[in-house]
Amino acid sequence: MALPISYNLRNLRQRPAATAMTALGIALTVMIALFILELLSGLNQAFVTTGDPLNVLVMRKGSDAELTSLVTHGQFSILKTLPGVARDARGRPMAVGELMVVIVLPRRDGTGDVNVSVRGTSAMGRELRPGIHLVAGRWFRPGQREVVVSRSVRRRFAHVALGEKIRFGKGEWRVVGVFDAGNSAHSSEIWADVNTMEADFGRPVFSSVLLRATSPVAAQDLIEAASGDQRLELSGELEPDYYASQTRSGAPIRAIGILVSVIMAIGSCFAAMNTMYAAVAYRAREIATLRILGFSRPSILLSFVIESVLLSLLGGLAGVLLAWPLSGLSTGTSNAVTFSEVVFHLQLTPALVVTALGFATLMGLIGGLAPAWHASRQEILTALRS
Amino acid sequence: MTLTQFAARNAFRNHRRSLLTMMSIGFSLLLLTLLMVVWQAFYVSQGTPASALRIATRNRVSLTFTLPIYYLEKIQALPGVEAVAPMDWVGGTYKNDKPQNFFAQYATDPVRVFQVFPDWKIDPRQKRNWQRDRQGAAVSSNLARQHGWKIGDSIYLQKNIYPTDLNLRIDAIYTPGSGWDGVLIHRKYLSDGVSYLKGKVGILVTRVAAPDDVARVTRDIDAMFKNAPAPTRSESERAFQLSFLAALGNIKAFILGISAAVVFTILLVSGNTMAMSIRERTREVAVLKTLGFTRRAILTLFIGEGVTLAMTGGILGTLGAQGLVTAVAASPAGAMLSGLKLTPPVFLLSVTVAAMVGFVSTFLPSWNASRLDIVEGLRYIG
Repeated sequence: MALPISYNLRNLRQRPAATAMTALGIALTVMIALFILELLSGLNQAFVTTGDPLNVLVMRKGSDAELTSLVTHGQFSILKTLPGVARDARGRPMAVGELMVVIVLPRRDGTGDVNVSVRGTSAMGRELRPGIHLVAGRWFRPGQREVVVSRSVRRRFAHVALGEKIRFGKGEWRVVGVFDAGNSAHSSEIWADVNTMEADFGRPVFSSVLLRATSPVAAQDLIEAASGDQRLELSGELEPDYYASQTRSGAPIRAIGILVSVIMAIGSCFAAMNTMYAAVAYRAREIATLRILGFSRPSILLSFVIESVLLSLLGGLAGVLLAWPLSGLSTGTSNAVTFSEVVFHLQLTPALVVTALGFATLMGLIGGLAPAWHASRQEILTALRS
Repeated sequence: MTLTQFAARNAFRNHRRSLLTMMSIGFSLLLLTLLMVVWQAFYVSQGTPASALRIATRNRVSLTFTLPIYYLEKIQALPGVEAVAPMDWVGGTYKNDKPQNFFAQYATDPVRVFQVFPDWKIDPRQKRNWQRDRQGAAVSSNLARQHGWKIGDSIYLQKNIYPTDLNLRIDAIYTPGSGWDGVLIHRKYLSDGVSYLKGKVGILVTRVAAPDDVARVTRDIDAMFKNAPAPTRSESERAFQLSFLAALGNIKAFILGISAAVVFTILLVSGNTMAMSIRERTREVAVLKTLGFTRRAILTLFIGEGVTLAMTGGILGTLGAQGLVTAVAASPAGAMLSGLKLTPPVFLLSVTVAAMVGFVSTFLPSWNASRLDIVEGLRYIG
C-alpha cells in the first residue's frame, strides 16, 4: 500500500525554512530557463507569422537574404506578366519590386547603435501585406523623402518619432507615419518609397520582387517559372518559407540558454539531494516505524521521490510566477539573415509553462532518487536506535 | 588540535552533506566564473597590444555600403598612420548553409594586410606563395584543423553577396589575431568577377604608430570625409568587434541578471546546509559552551566551517570553469569566441565571492547557535 500524499505535504510544511530555501533555489533555475524559452518563443513567433501563403518572393539565385539579392527592373517587368499573378480590383498585377537597405540607429535604452532594415516599397507593397495598418500619421507619398516606421521601431530606437528626421542616403528623411505589423518580422522595419530610395542610393535595381498568386497551385507555378528560366538567374519561394528560415537567428540564444540552464539545474539537483538526505536522516526513526507498521520498501522509496518532486514542483511554480511578468516585454536581437535588428516580444505560452514544470519535476526526480533509495534501504533496528 | 583544525574537520564531518553542498556551490560558481570570463573578454580586456593600435573605418550609414578605394591613400597620408589595408567581407557559401560550414572570408590586399596585422603569424615562404597567386587563399590554422584542409587543397565558395563563385587554392596557413579568424583572398580576384566592386571597398583597417595616436587618427579620418559622398565612421578595432556583439541584445543586463540569480542561489544553498548542520549539533554546541568556549569562539567556528565549505566548492567550480574555457577554445566555436581566458584576477574574484557568500549565509544560523542557552541546548532532542 502506498503512503498518502498528504503525508508528504505535511512533511514539507514541517521544516518550512529548508523547504522554502530549496524551492527558491529551484525557482531561480526555472525562472532563468523560462526567460530563455520566452525569448526563443517570441523570436520564433516573429518569423513564423510573417508572410502570406499566396505570396511568392523572388530573389537572385543563390541569395539567401533580400539584402544581398539583386533583381533588375527588366526582370521585374517579365515577372509581373507571368501567368498566375493575381490582379487587384483595378486590374493591375499584384507585383511589387522592393529595395532593402540597412541603416544604423541608436537604441533608445543606450545599449548601442545597431542595424535597422529599411524597405523601399510602394502602395502595391501594402496591398500585398493586408496585415499591416497605419496607427498614426499617414503613409509616405511617392517621390517624397518620407518614411513610416513600425510601432516597435519607434518604441525601441531614438530619433524616430513622428515628425523627426532620420539621416541616410543623400540627406534627411521625415517620419510621417507609424504602422502596426503585429508580431511579424515587418515590425522591425522602416518603410519608404522605393523610387526615391533608388535615386538616393544610386541603385536602380530592386532587392526582391513580391508577387501574389491567384491560388496555391498558381503559386507553385510561379516559383517554377521564376526559378526555371535560365536567363533570369532568379529563384522563388513562398513568402512564409523565406521568413521561417530566419529563425536560425535564435541559435546563439538557444546555445547560451542551454548551457546556463543545464549548469544551474545540476547545481539545483545537488541542493535538492542535500535537503532530501537531511530529511531522511531527520526522520530515520519515523521511517523505521512506518516499516514496522508494514509499509514496504518500494512504498517508502516512492513516497520520498514524490516528496522531492513536490518540493521541486513548488519551486517550479514559483519560478513560473517569477518569469510571468517578463512576458510581453519587447526586445531585439540580431537577425542572422537580414543583418539587422529584429524586434520581438517575449512570449509565455501554456506549452512553455508545462515545459518549465516538467524541468522542475525532472530536477526533483534526479535529486530525490538517491536519498529515497537510502531511506528505503535503511535497517529498521539501527534506525530505531538512532 | 587547534581551532582551525577543529573547524576544518567539522566542515567535512558529514561526508555526503559536505560533498553535495560543495558540488552545488561548485556548479553555481562555475557558471558565475564563466560569466565573469565572458564579461572580462568583452568589456574589460583591452585586447592585445597589437590590436590596440588598429582602427576600423566603414561607411557611416551602413556596413553594407562601400567606400571609394581612394580613401585608402588619403588615410595613409595622415600623420601617425603606419599602414592601411582594405578588408571586404566576402560572405561566400562553403558547401551549404549549415552553421559548421560558416566562416569569415576577407578580400584584402595581400601585401598591405600583413603590414596592418603584424601580429598575425605566417610562414614567410607560404606568405610569398599566396601573395603571388591571385586565386590563392590563406586559411587560419583553426579552420584548417576544423575542415581538414592542407596546403594545395581547393576551396570552392558559391556566390552569395557577390554574384560570382570563387575557386580558391590554399597557399598558406596563418594564425590570426583575436576576432579575425577566417580565410583571406585577393581583392583583385573578387573584383575580377564583380564589376561594381572595382574602385570600392567595404572596410579599411588602419594601423597607427602608437596607442596615443588612436583617438586623434580616428577623429581625423572621420573629419576628413565628413562631407564627402561617403562619410565614414571610424572606431578602434575593439569597439568595432564589440558592436557585433551589442547586436545580440543587452548582454550586460543578461550577464548581471544571471550572476545575481547565481549568487543568490549559492546563498540559499550554503545557508540551508549550515542551518541543517547546526541544528543537528545543538547539544554539541551546549557542551562546547560548558567547556568554556565563548560566544565569539562558537561564532567563529561555525562561520569558519561555512566559509571553508563554500571556498572549497568555489575553487572546484572555478577549476571546472577553466576546463570548460579550454574545451571551448579548442572547439570550432572557439574560433569565433577567441579571447576567452580565465585570468588570475577572475579566479581570485570568484573564490572571494564564494568566501563572502559562505560568510553571509552562515552568519545568521551561527549567530543563533552562539546565543544558545546551555541548558536548553543540553535538553534538545533532535
